[in-house]
Amino acid sequence: MGWTIFAVLIYLLIVAYLGYRGWRVTTTATDYMIAGREVHPYVMAMSYGATFISTSAIIGFGGAAALFGMGILWLTWMNVFFGIFVAFAILGKRTRRLGHVLDAHTFPELLGKRYQSTFIQGFSGIVIFLFMPIYAAAVLIGISRFIEVYLGVPYVVGLLAFAIILAMYVILGGLKGVMYTDAFQGTIMLITMIILLIYTYILAGGVIPAHQFLTDMTYLVPEELTKLGHRGWAEMPRLGSPYWWTLISTIICGVGIGVLAQPQLVIRFMTVKRDRELNRALPIGSIFILAMTGIAFTVGILTNVIFYEVFGEISLAMAEGNIDKVIPLYIGEIMPGWFGTLFLLAMLAASMSTLSSQYHVGGTSLGRDFYEKGIRGGTIDHGERTVFVTRLGIALSILLCIIFSLIFSPSIIAVATAIFFGLCSATFLPSFVLGLYWKGMTKAGAITSVLGGFIVSMIWMGFFHAREAHALGFAKHLFGKSTLAGFPWTVIDAQFIALPISFFLAIVVSLVSGKLSEKHIERCWKYL
Amino acid sequence: MLGISGWGCWLAYLFCILSTILCVIYGIAMWNRGIEEEDELEIIKWVKEEREIEEQF
Repeated sequence: MGWTIFAVLIYLLIVAYLGYRGWRVTTTATDYMIAGREVHPYVMAMSYGATFISTSAIIGFGGAAALFGMGILWLTWMNVFFGIFVAFAILGKRTRRLGHVLDAHTFPELLGKRYQSTFIQGFSGIVIFLFMPIYAAAVLIGISRFIEVYLGVPYVVGLLAFAIILAMYVILGGLKGVMYTDAFQGTIMLITMIILLIYTYILAGGVIPAHQFLTDMTYLVPEELTKLGHRGWAEMPRLGSPYWWTLISTIICGVGIGVLAQPQLVIRFMTVKRDRELNRALPIGSIFILAMTGIAFTVGILTNVIFYEVFGEISLAMAEGNIDKVIPLYIGEIMPGWFGTLFLLAMLAASMSTLSSQYHVGGTSLGRDFYEKGIRGGTIDHGERTVFVTRLGIALSILLCIIFSLIFSPSIIAVATAIFFGLCSATFLPSFVLGLYWKGMTKAGAITSVLGGFIVSMIWMGFFHAREAHALGFAKHLFGKSTLAGFPWTVIDAQFIALPISFFLAIVVSLVSGKLSEKHIERCWKYL
Repeated sequence: MLGISGWGCWLAYLFCILSTILCVIYGIAMWNRGIEEEDELEIIKWVKEEREIEEQF
């Protein structure tokens, strides 16, 4: 325990130093919000990846992998192909150029300026500000529980201490502080996960023997899971079964596509100076994401093999039905003690890197987008006032996150990530992607798509998709039923419904509404 | 393949690795590309700043 506390203290000192460095080199609003547009490719790639991957991606989804089996690796493929290749090589470059030409400092500002709409900027800002802290609360609660178990720090003390440490370097250091610390934290995560994979495969007898053992374990799948569509850990679930829909629509597509319109990730494309930096960041980002989700999922699945060999039980039985316990149990029971310390640091790093970016983007959304543009109508000022308002926004965002962490029920927190991902993609993705590629996309089309995507998502999550509807309780309260539809609608993710509607609205309304001025489009397309 | 019985699963395993290789090859092939038009942007920015300074005078 002594060494663990020493390692955590050293880690926190390095984070504090990097936050301080970020603060020292932040002089303008551009520095504070988009890191001065001159970030190194390694820092950009690691920051993008570390922001993307939180503790829940490793512990929560690693545990889900132990349940669903290797089909979940399609999510890793989507993370690498869409979340990195498409995001960096296709969308990222145009985002960077458009952001530069329009002098956008935030994701809502990019949309607002592209469509010459203060409403889009203000509305997007408030949606991000209100929903980001719920997602952040899920991450904060997760790591505070983890610290409670590993270090014996009382839950509320850990939660507050964690939030205060983050507040210090995010409020003072701005995006430079956030990205420098992200790069350091990402490096720790990368090393930890590579060790975890190698150790696990060695323990399971090698790559192919481990997979073969998993294939041969199919008869161990509990009967109740077989009824839901489970066909073994080396097989996809039965087509059209509840497990198949959950795996495909919620886990694979929900997270895999949702990542493209995450404001805290999109903003990273605007932090680099040239396309060249994105080209150089791309391989680093892809290796990082493969090492994070790919390894977390693979190890999660292989815990079944190891647990069965050592204890004669599959992971679900070992964790007493709680899949969130699978990875911590594996680290505690199977991995050597020194690795437990490294894993703790990696989990601290994963949650801090995600939370810092969530706070930063929540704060800029409130300060820059909602208050300065949405309410005040917005004079663009690059001075200290913008930084002050944004800092205030970040402080409020952190406060809101702490309050949500303390008052929301665990059931709402458990679906917070899904709610945020679903909302972001249905609300922002059509306006964002079409705005980069289609000159004919209009202001009315964008507003309709943003509002339509948001409303349909909320309705679907509140009344139809069983997991969120059950947690939110709107349908139960108003209609006396936890969901208003039957199978398969109850297991089809909101994005499957809301995203096509949002795209449809964007295209149809744009075709029949007044175009943006040619001069403006010409300006937007100057480097696209 | 690879000891994995279901084709949907081994394909996923393979695609993860292939996609990463694609990203690495793309990154290496494009390592020094993507600087041209940005130089122009920098010049425009510089000219704009020069004009502003002149106007202030």
